[in-house]
Amino acid sequence: MSTATHQWPLWEVFVRSKNGLAHKHAGSLHAPDAEMALKNARDVYTRRSEGISIWVVPSAAITASSPDEKDVLFTPSDDKVYRHPTFYDIPDEVGHM
Amino acid sequence: MGETHSLEDRFQAFVEAENKVEPKHWMPDGYRKTLVRQISQHAHSEIVGMLPEANWITRAPSLRAKLILLAKVQDEAGHGLYLYSAAETLGTSRDQMIDDLHSGKAKYSSIFNYPTLTWADMGAIGWLVDGAAIANQVMLCRTSYGPYSRAMVRICKEESFHQRQGFEIMMHLAKGTPEQKAMAQDALNRWWWPSIMMFGPSDDQSPNSAQSMKWRIKRKSNDELRQEFIDKTVPQAEFIGLTMPDPDLRWNEETRHYDFGTINWTEFFDVIAGNGPCNAERLAARQKAHDEGAWVRDAATAYAAKQASRVASRPTQTHAA
Repeated sequence: MSTATHQWPLWEVFVRSKNGLAHKHAGSLHAPDAEMALKNARDVYTRRSEGISIWVVPSAAITASSPDEKDVLFTPSDDKVYRHPTFYDIPDEVGHM
Repeated sequence: MGETHSLEDRFQAFVEAENKVEPKHWMPDGYRKTLVRQISQHAHSEIVGMLPEANWITRAPSLRAKLILLAKVQDEAGHGLYLYSAAETLGTSRDQMIDDLHSGKAKYSSIFNYPTLTWADMGAIGWLVDGAAIANQVMLCRTSYGPYSRAMVRICKEESFHQRQGFEIMMHLAKGTPEQKAMAQDALNRWWWPSIMMFGPSDDQSPNSAQSMKWRIKRKSNDELRQEFIDKTVPQAEFIGLTMPDPDLRWNEETRHYDFGTINWTEFFDVIAGNGPCNAERLAARQKAHDEGAWVRDAATAYAAKQASRVASRPTQTHAA
């Protein structure tokens, strides 16, 4: 009987593919503790030299924005074109800026 | 009623615009159910698929062959895990899925209910079974459900080694002694028809297909995928001098595709119903592995609890010291 597995928490796995790059979400897995989560993540997500560093984070520790809030959160930036460099007309003679 | 209707319409428009659906998005119940069934079956297939190959790990003909086979079987375990994780994002639990596999409620690919009699079967499985799986999985990289699509991208990257190592085994045997070539031909004879059945029943016999296409879960029909696979694979068999076990197989200049013989769907449905040569053996092996691994899971849980309690009591100890 698998009484134990369903008590194992879910962990999100983040992998840094090489120095200089940020850790990127690779997937998730179940493990009894952080140490086992790291070991499993090594086997499950880096079998082909995909990484040089792994983070594991309990999924329950992540707070995510809701898709319903998408407009409230993200549309206000849509009409602020002046935040982009291409908004400004600089004469070519000025050179690269 | 009107509200539900409009949500479904919006969902349909969303997937038709090639947007990916993510776990927290609203989705029709049928979409969720279809995905849970399909992804968990897919995961089970990866897990059960380890069994016919594991049969040959201890009997691999060289250390090189053994290392490759071990790596391949380890990949299948990884693929099963990616897929279980993707299914869990839909609200089903890992334990529920495993229980459904062991109770026989959930299905897995019928191909794994055939026995692996010789070393050539390792070649045929990699070349044909993984080849057919790749055709399906390449299509699924573009499925509308985000977590499933991401799992498929990862799997496809790893899977191509599986097919190439299988073809290499067949190629070597086909170039070997007459006995070795006969062994390769025998494996091809036994695995060809079950492999092309893997794509599932013809479109007119596959009631869920149309809805899955509409939801963009599937992007190509069973028959389309099967034809693509046959067109690709027949020249590969010719290249290594093996003969497909289908007297009706011939190139059709008009359609620019291979015509092929009638598939024995009675056999297919019979194997799905549980009457294949190895159905009982596979499930029993799976159940045994699960039961005999229970103490490892229990020990890991106990160890984690012990470590956690030590960490919890540490500040007091530090204070006392």
